[in-house]
Amino acid sequence: MPPRRILAIWLARLAIDRWERAEGCGTAPLALIAETAHGPRIAAVNAAGFAAGAGAGMMLADARTLCPQMVAVPDDPAGTRAFLERLALWAQRWGPWSAIDPPDGLLVDVTAVAHLFGGEERLLADAQSRLAQVGLAARLAIAPTAGAAWALAHHGPPAAILAPDDDAVARLSPLPVAALRLDDDVLLVLRRLGLKRLGDVRGIARDALARRFRSRHAPSANPLLRMDQLLGRVPEPLLPVLAEEEPLVQRRLMEPIRHRPLLDQVLADLAADMARLLEGRGEGARRLECGLWRVDGEVVLRQIELAAATRDAAHIARLFAARLDDVDAGFGIELVRLRSAWTQPLALSQEDFEAAAEQHGTSLAACIDRLSVRLGEGAIRRPVPRASHIPERAQAWQNTLEPEPSSQGELTFHARPLKLLDRAEPIAVLYATPDGLPRRYRWRGGVHEIVRAEGPERIAPEWWRERSTARLRDYYRIEDGEGRRYWIYRLGLAGDGRGGLPEWFMQGLYA
Amino acid sequence: MIPEQPLPAAPCVDALLSARARAWRPGSPTPVRHEEIFAASGDAGGAALALALACDRMKEDERPFLWVQDKAALRLSGRPYRPGMPPGLRHRLVHVVADRAEDALFALEEGLRCRDLAFVIGELTGNPRALSFTASRRLSLAAERHGVPLWLVRLDAQRDLGSARMRWAVRSARSPAPGWNPQAPGTPSWRVELFRARNHPPGEWILCDDGGNLSACPSTGAGRAGPVLGPESARPAPVEGRAHG
Repeated sequence: MPPRRILAIWLARLAIDRWERAEGCGTAPLALIAETAHGPRIAAVNAAGFAAGAGAGMMLADARTLCPQMVAVPDDPAGTRAFLERLALWAQRWGPWSAIDPPDGLLVDVTAVAHLFGGEERLLADAQSRLAQVGLAARLAIAPTAGAAWALAHHGPPAAILAPDDDAVARLSPLPVAALRLDDDVLLVLRRLGLKRLGDVRGIARDALARRFRSRHAPSANPLLRMDQLLGRVPEPLLPVLAEEEPLVQRRLMEPIRHRPLLDQVLADLAADMARLLEGRGEGARRLECGLWRVDGEVVLRQIELAAATRDAAHIARLFAARLDDVDAGFGIELVRLRSAWTQPLALSQEDFEAAAEQHGTSLAACIDRLSVRLGEGAIRRPVPRASHIPERAQAWQNTLEPEPSSQGELTFHARPLKLLDRAEPIAVLYATPDGLPRRYRWRGGVHEIVRAEGPERIAPEWWRERSTARLRDYYRIEDGEGRRYWIYRLGLAGDGRGGLPEWFMQGLYA
Repeated sequence: MIPEQPLPAAPCVDALLSARARAWRPGSPTPVRHEEIFAASGDAGGAALALALACDRMKEDERPFLWVQDKAALRLSGRPYRPGMPPGLRHRLVHVVADRAEDALFALEEGLRCRDLAFVIGELTGNPRALSFTASRRLSLAAERHGVPLWLVRLDAQRDLGSARMRWAVRSARSPAPGWNPQAPGTPSWRVELFRARNHPPGEWILCDDGGNLSACPSTGAGRAGPVLGPESARPAPVEGRAHG
């Protein structure tokens, strides 16, 4: 097996390079700023700004005193990160997999591929020139481990190569301790201990270092662990970036369409294309986005979500048809694009023909899709049990086709009402004694005699969740003179010190 | 061998028997797919009767069922509560909340066209304009075409024109006193009136749902109760076939 080779790419000026790629180079001093608690702080400066005396980490106000004409632009770390992810995928041209090394680096596994480029020097030269073409300043290094490659890229000579049979210790010893990828506070500790170079750290006995950093378990806080990773004594797992292609189909239209029947036709064609694409991948769509590009540049987006993975073109087209009623075509639509943003594996199966659906009815998933397209996302749900004593918390609502969470069985001697009011309604109750059975109640404007009652069933507040002033509930099952059966409760006890007189509420309706 | 001899009173007895057979009783097989139940909103009797009739008719069915409520029904009569439902139905409920009556009718019709549903229950408040005779007829036809029964509970509604094959009015009735605590409410009972039906003569009963077994006593007045008519055990259990096509 060939020895492991890792290419480290350090994009030293990534944020500013990205800005210049997007906006064009300028000669004016420019700073990308991040808002901090103490005001704007510079995240990156361009060459002119650097020449004027500004640097990363400075407050913008300080930089402005040095260089009043400094242009300040807000930094975009999320955008830079996304750019880095795309770049990592592009970097797979030099090796089978690549990983992101945040905030501004890439690692590419180039094990046994260098000969394709004519050797490692040629590979480095190729990478350097291609990155320069893209407009990114980069420092590169190849080494047997990710740690060593990172150290050489950041702190070694340009285009450094650490061959497998080189003496790694000798080559790496002159590098500063910052090459160990440590946190700032650990670097400060090492500097105070007088350890400036990797050779100094290696000069300390291993036991002493282990004892000094015995409570640090994260690799970035433990110099010994980092040193072992650097020399390949312990493995360092890296998270590779994987390209994920979203199924996408589109139609460019020669003549912009302005009428609904034509749009429906295009959408049906696209749905058929999408179904074919998904079938080839053995997947079904859970979320679909339809984008309509208008002649005047406006984009209308419509999104549907499906209860179960599907690739039924007629079903998809019908669901979108319900969502396209309010689209304003303007001067016409010239591009329609259908994208499946979320897919799930779906095995190939016998097609469910529309005629069969008409004959034998629709499936539950299709029924739920149709309902949720018209009624909204949260309208179709089902109750599942939840571990709680409080009656209204004892059931949760979830999407219909999701599996039911496991739960303990319900107590069979509890007689619970068939229906529960969303908000318990306050009622006025007459009782013989404050703790005794209720005699008469007034609810929604009518006074009713209580003929039979059973209770109380006391349900205490959940002390681990609620405040200490929450009151207990005494539940009664009652039946009034007309035979209607209800579930009412008294909130609190007289003199429990958690409020005034107890109040009564109507909460449930029995069958 | 005794030769058969027609009894002189046979036609009269036959007529009586056939009239008796036509009278509704719990568990009697019926081709009706669309029933309407009128109830008051401050009373869970409507939904409870719908569930009881559904359980009574389709005992072996294990498919989910759809329960559609409009916003007013949800506010006035509450939301289904899983621990209080009959044990066989708890895990099968699919609940739909519709803002308007039009949406509720749409949901009901979609439910009726779904082959994976055992039955559909709707709860609508009042007499919305959308629930015209035409809409009611649509529901009847969909239910009969796909064989999915529908119980439509009408809360606080006038008995307007409708195409349901059986129409009920229900109120809660005083429950029988349980043996162990006569002061407690007993098994659910309702005073039901079948005021329009195609296959049965109208009648009034007190229905009692005792753990899934529906029993009926004819109710002639407020206080009197006749003999109990249980579900017919001599006949084979009704088979719920599905009408295809």
